[in-house]
Amino acid sequence: MTGRFPRIRMAAREAVPATLLLRGVRLLDPRAGLDGVHDLLVRDGEIAEITAPGAANAPPRCEQVEAEGLTAFPGFVDPHVHLRTPGREDEEDLESGTRAAAAGGFCAILAMPNTEPVVDAAPVLRSLQERAAVEAVVPVGFLAAITKGQSGTELSEMAELAREGAAGFSDDGFPVADAHRMRQALQYQRLAGLVLALHEEDPALSGHGVMHEGAVSTTLGVAGIPSVSESTAIERDAQLARYENGRIHILHLSAAESVEAVERSRAAGVQITAEVTPHHLTLTDEAVRTLDPRFKMNPPLRAQRDREALIEGLRSGAIDCVATDHAPHSREEKEAPFEEAPMGVTGLETAFPVIYTDLVLPGVLGLDVVVERMSAGGVPFGLRAPTLARGTRADLCLVDLEGSWTVGEAGYESRSENSCFAGRELRGRVLMTVARGAVAYRERGFSIRLADDPGDKITAPEPA
Amino acid sequence: MNHLLSIADLSRGDIERIMAVAESFGEVVERDIKKVPTLRGRTVVNLFYESSTRTSSSFELAAKRLSADLVNVRSSGSAIDKGESLRDTIATLSAYDPAAIVIRAPWAGAAAIVARHTTASVVNAGDGKHEHPSQALLDVYTLRRRLGSLDGADIWIVGDVLHSRVARSNIHAFTRMGARVTVCGPPTLIPRDVEALGCEVRYDLDGLSDADVIYTLRMQHERMGDSFLPSMREYVANYQIDSRRLHPRQLLMHPGPVNRGVELSAEVIESPQALITEQVAAGLVVRMAILYELLSGGRQGAAGPAPVPTVEQPA
Repeated sequence: MTGRFPRIRMAAREAVPATLLLRGVRLLDPRAGLDGVHDLLVRDGEIAEITAPGAANAPPRCEQVEAEGLTAFPGFVDPHVHLRTPGREDEEDLESGTRAAAAGGFCAILAMPNTEPVVDAAPVLRSLQERAAVEAVVPVGFLAAITKGQSGTELSEMAELAREGAAGFSDDGFPVADAHRMRQALQYQRLAGLVLALHEEDPALSGHGVMHEGAVSTTLGVAGIPSVSESTAIERDAQLARYENGRIHILHLSAAESVEAVERSRAAGVQITAEVTPHHLTLTDEAVRTLDPRFKMNPPLRAQRDREALIEGLRSGAIDCVATDHAPHSREEKEAPFEEAPMGVTGLETAFPVIYTDLVLPGVLGLDVVVERMSAGGVPFGLRAPTLARGTRADLCLVDLEGSWTVGEAGYESRSENSCFAGRELRGRVLMTVARGAVAYRERGFSIRLADDPGDKITAPEPA
Repeated sequence: MNHLLSIADLSRGDIERIMAVAESFGEVVERDIKKVPTLRGRTVVNLFYESSTRTSSSFELAAKRLSADLVNVRSSGSAIDKGESLRDTIATLSAYDPAAIVIRAPWAGAAAIVARHTTASVVNAGDGKHEHPSQALLDVYTLRRRLGSLDGADIWIVGDVLHSRVARSNIHAFTRMGARVTVCGPPTLIPRDVEALGCEVRYDLDGLSDADVIYTLRMQHERMGDSFLPSMREYVANYQIDSRRLHPRQLLMHPGPVNRGVELSAEVIESPQALITEQVAAGLVVRMAILYELLSGGRQGAAGPAPVPTVEQPA
């Protein structure tokens, strides 16, 4: 079905294709059936050779990394990022946001359209793609709004936006509250293609809520958002999608009932996919007891049973991928009292280390499952997942699983610092990210060494 | 104790220590000269972002009775009106080096934020719908004067529990002092999982005769806009405490201000069982005790309160 429709445009600035030899690196790519120690050679941006350790020959002017003890994964793909551009470049811009992504091991991201102005018309979308072609260090796809101004009242020009290379449609930040409007969007999907990525929430049930409704919200006297606010909305839209034979992706699942709703709908034949964030996988509403606004986001951190259902859903495949919902906010906005502060947390730079530290190391989730789900973020949108297979464009990240670091200690690549993991000591450091065949990120202090370099020093390139 | 931010933070021992100090001040306020020099030369800031009569006036009087200098700051007509953030307001007021900041604000956790940004002791005089610890302490004080001890007492808290910071603080305080607490109100005004606070839940007054104490909450008319209730008339029929429902051996409390004819009928307000004016009187001595505990008590070590002198008769 998607073949009829124009391709999603992933934009990034031009970069020199990498020639890079990773010596003795552990390659882990469940999709390619890879898990073992190899030499991996990237030549001119393409994965050229995978050999036994020590067996690969470095071509001239090849960067070489002695990677014993390090692990390379297919690059992660984050389908849910707020780049705040246009409108709030003080919080994030295309350059800082994609740099944060690269620092987190992401080789591609999708950006949400809830900007000022909203990405609801072709000229706004085009201008973003043009800016990304100058500023973005990893490829960015831009989603467009389902409704004009995300107001829920009129459909955006979906077909035209699709022709301009939109990555999908979403009113993220808000639900499409009106069932009739939702149905129209599903009908228009036949013309426009692309997936509808849905922020599921019933505004009447959420009311003035600012955190999960339960014992903690009751103790704090803070208005709650019940878990059924999300799951009843999913049930409604899944029924509509089934009726219209549409395709929907559920953003940031937070509740056990929501996982059940997705599973049930899929079993009934609905074309439905879903994502979950690192913070919903690792934190609960207990973290909100301090009323620290860094733990305020929508959907909210929920109860332990919800967290367990999300983990199980990710393991079983009921949830397709991990998404950060990276949502930068300025310091003065986040310093407000909890009830007044805006919702949202940053997440690109901590996503893998948090999941690795809190779920993989204790044995809750297998590393292979995590790598598969973190690189699968583009799949619901019709993008191919990165792989380490020979002959493909290099999209990978190199990680020191033994390395530990303290979140925020050395600052952030993001322009904002509203991380709910600030101060946490985490295991797993991303050392290098290669995106669309070029090096997009090197950790500070990660030295460049050429394979034909006689010493350990960096040699200056010869003048052309 | 550096701050009084929530009852949830206090142990039974903490509460009993404040009660003991309050009792000693109870003797002071019966003297002709009701003032002691304890906090002479020190400054107390009363920072109120919400309207308040009894809480702000009793903290003001408490500070004055302890000879502190007092600054009242209200949100209307101040820099807060001009959009100054809470944090900046605190920085400004802290520049006067106050010994204590008493704050009421419409946001949960506001007092805790103030405590993080000042060296003064902070007293939470109500933060959103979270807590109102000085109210709970004066209620415990009032009940101890009548019952001696709260151990084993059956206390019903009746009304709009959902929106009540008084209910939250009092559930903590009463249970910590050994009472059994039941909350009762319309199902739409009982917060989810409230049992986690250590109380029982009832939706009607059928078991009310078991109660030793009936603590009624203010029914806020403005809540009617959100349609929490089908009608005020039905609420009155189901939940109003009147002379038929109030047994002669039961005590009746209310944090004020009372909606006459809504949560309470006129005749029970004036009944001998009603402790409402005693609560107000207790508010003064308990708030004196809170300021004393935070500003002087900690410095006396564990030896308990120092003897309380008057201005005319120094110790």
